[in-house]
Amino acid sequence: MTDASLPDRPAVARRPPPDAHARTGKPWPAWAARLRRLALALVFPAAILLVWYLVSISGRVPAYLLPHPAEVVVWLVDLLRSGELRHQLAPSLGRVMAGFAIGAGTATVLGVLAGYVLTFRTLIDPTIHALRTIPGLAWIPMFILWFGIGEASKVALIALVTFFPVYLNTMAGVAGVDRKLIEVGRVNRLTGLRLMGRILLPASLPSYFVGLRQSMGVAWIVVVAAELMGASRGIGFLLLDGQMTGRPALVMACMLIFAACGKVTDMILAAIAAWALRWQDTLERAS
Amino acid sequence: MLEVQSLVKTYGAFRALGPVTFSLGREDRVLGVVGPSGCGKSTLLRVLAGLDPLTGGTVRLDGTPITGARPDVAVVFQEPRLLPWATVRANIELGIWDQPASDRAAAVQAALAQVQLPAFGNALPRQLSGGMAQRVGIARALVRRPRLLLMDEPFAALDPLTRLRMQDHLLEMVGQEVPNVVIITHDIDEALALSDRILVLAGPPGEIRADLKIDLPQPRARTSAAFQAEKARILDLLFGPGAHAA
Ligand SMILES: Nc1ncnc2c1ncn2[C@@H]1O[C@H](COP(=O)(O)OP(=O)(O)O)[C@@H](O)[C@H]1O
Ligand SMILES: [Mg+2]
Repeated sequence: MTDASLPDRPAVARRPPPDAHARTGKPWPAWAARLRRLALALVFPAAILLVWYLVSISGRVPAYLLPHPAEVVVWLVDLLRSGELRHQLAPSLGRVMAGFAIGAGTATVLGVLAGYVLTFRTLIDPTIHALRTIPGLAWIPMFILWFGIGEASKVALIALVTFFPVYLNTMAGVAGVDRKLIEVGRVNRLTGLRLMGRILLPASLPSYFVGLRQSMGVAWIVVVAAELMGASRGIGFLLLDGQMTGRPALVMACMLIFAACGKVTDMILAAIAAWALRWQDTLERAS
Repeated sequence: MLEVQSLVKTYGAFRALGPVTFSLGREDRVLGVVGPSGCGKSTLLRVLAGLDPLTGGTVRLDGTPITGARPDVAVVFQEPRLLPWATVRANIELGIWDQPASDRAAAVQAALAQVQLPAFGNALPRQLSGGMAQRVGIARALVRRPRLLLMDEPFAALDPLTRLRMQDHLLEMVGQEVPNVVIITHDIDEALALSDRILVLAGPPGEIRADLKIDLPQPRARTSAAFQAEKARILDLLFGPGAHAA
């Protein structure tokens, strides 16, 4: 005998099996799986390095066009040993961090407000979208005019370009919070800042971190441009110096330093995001 | 006393509900609401919860109009709607965030015990099964000791055994801890087991087809002839020859 029931019985929520390795038999131990992933990730860079090495020892490409990998490594070791790396990296890192703090900080506040308050969104959002279409580098002449050629214009440029990704993702995150969760807040009489703090902000955190990581990425891209517009220190300055003095190995060493800086800061943000979003029930977590 | 007078709710040009008039006194502790899918049951509940503004008529609880969320009204949704970033304990605590912190821990623990999840306070929602999550949603409403508890198909996602248990629990609480319950269900056995009165809706627009007093003594034997006779009456109202008349 079955229950007399009307036809709108919802399906019982079913979760996928947690163990994706189930079909391949025994799961990998965690450390082995991690080692395997690391090895896999290194295959491609190693291949590039090998090709680079083979091309440069073949003698077909002159060294002033493509320096020997070892020469680049020597430069890196030299910069590190002599303290030059610290001397040049500190100002670049300082500019990135200052610009990021100002740009991302402002964007967080405006993004939350624009996401939550429709009137405020109508007020500022079209303008911000219009400003966003101006290439960051196009601001350089005006920034030099306004802030001079010193630190202020460099930090301003980085603040400007880091603003947009954080603003857009924060606004989209807050505005896109599931209505069903907001209703939970409403029936429990959460309003204003309480609704914001307990529901809107945590719910939009995933998208906020996407914005932060994008911003950090563009910050490192733009710091080079900022340092090319006249600086006496910085990795971008060092890179320009390498070009002027005909030392391609130094240029490539600087490029690698930028890559490492971008990667490390992104890894830090990714780790913070993984910790802050450890509640998420996602594909990534399931694997 | 819940008084609903000529309640109408439209979404744009579409009338989802009404006019509907009924009242629910303390003696009718549990009001069951049944009706075909899309007839306006959830709409009625959302208006009673103060989530959606009504289009016409009045709704009063103990004399004061319901115009928004109230501290003495709690809601259990059709889905658990747990905050995924918060532990089970924090999710339940949301129901009483405005009460003194010193009272909250004990109240939350008691609510957890009521839904038979005493050891799950520190779990995250993603670690719960669908039925467990729904019970946390119920605990979040119960922890407030609401004057009026509104439930939208609260037990539909539970397995049959847990569902029976939760029904028993609800019956233990109504009249004392929770004076009045309005429960929407598509399960007529459930409506009959719990309700002192049953509204049979038809629609849309949702209208009251029948307002039935259920005078069977508690606990109700679902196999009894009287129970089955009531069930036949409701089935007839829902699906019988006159059910689809204008
Ligand atoms: N937000 C909305 N906007 C427009 N139509 C709605 C909305 N919510 C519900 N409806 C309509 O109102 C009617 C009643 O819906 P509902 O109360 O959810 O039915 P049910 O009895 O299945 O709970 C349905 O026809 C539905 O399509
Ligand atoms: Mg419904």
